[in-house]
Amino acid sequence: MIISTIVFYALAGVLILSSMMVITSKNPVHSVLFLILAFFNAAGLCVLLGAEFIAMLLVIVYVGAVAVLFLFVVMMLDINFKDLQSGFKKYMSVGGLVGGILLAELIVIYSSWSFSKSAPENIKFKTPDITELSNTEALGRILYTDNLFLFQIAGLILLVAMIGAITLTLRTRDGVMKQDVSDQVNRKREDVVKIVKVETGTGVA
Amino acid sequence: MDTGISLIEIGISHYLIVSAILFTIGVFGIFLNRRNVIVILMSIELMLLSVTLNLVAFSSFLNDLTGQVFTMFILTVAAAEASIGLAILVTYFRNTGQIMVEKMNEMKG
Repeated sequence: MIISTIVFYALAGVLILSSMMVITSKNPVHSVLFLILAFFNAAGLCVLLGAEFIAMLLVIVYVGAVAVLFLFVVMMLDINFKDLQSGFKKYMSVGGLVGGILLAELIVIYSSWSFSKSAPENIKFKTPDITELSNTEALGRILYTDNLFLFQIAGLILLVAMIGAITLTLRTRDGVMKQDVSDQVNRKREDVVKIVKVETGTGVA
Repeated sequence: MDTGISLIEIGISHYLIVSAILFTIGVFGIFLNRRNVIVILMSIELMLLSVTLNLVAFSSFLNDLTGQVFTMFILTVAAAEASIGLAILVTYFRNTGQIMVEKMNEMKG
């Protein structure tokens, strides 16, 4: 019990510190790296909660895809980040005010949280005992059966995002010699060859 | 029912407060980096992460797997949002050569 308490505090502390560093660090590359650290610690908290599959998903999707995408964009764009830092102090007070009020309200609500007596009656998919079914398998059993349509829609969202990202960033440059297969296939004889009857001694105009 | 929080016994309140702090840091980050779109997008990711933690905490303490299923859908939306957002950012930078939030007023929205 005491070990899990220590682990919780360590993970939560590093999570909060690194997310604080994400928003305050001067260099955006450092921000992204702290974001990765925050994701790892959140995954650790998920393991502590018994959600191993979500933890691995966090590592794969957030660290492996999203954070690396951020890293690519930060490094690819040639931006002077000094200019972007100005106004940091100006917004500090109003941001601190809004954030402080929000945090105080949330903590007041959450610190006294307790489940009502009828809450266990509303459980839809009870977590099976870990000795008989692993977390991944249990999730798969409900994801591919009862939540199938939601799962399909999630796939559709990813497809739309993929097509959107590609069409947004795709550009056709001028002056690049490139083979266009459909152009070649659609080439008709009438468009390119012309038979001219040439009179003797006049030549082709 | 005892509503005080024990420091040793980790209950759902601890996880919820961690996720509340994380969410607040996300909101604070948007205020703090009003000019830098990249950090704003990262702040949004932090807020989505806090929501994820919230759902997983409830799912774990309530013994209900629904929360974890929903977490997966949030992950999907977060990944889609990040990719679209960054694609827009790259296109915008290519067209204008800067990413200052204040100067993004072409659409007069």
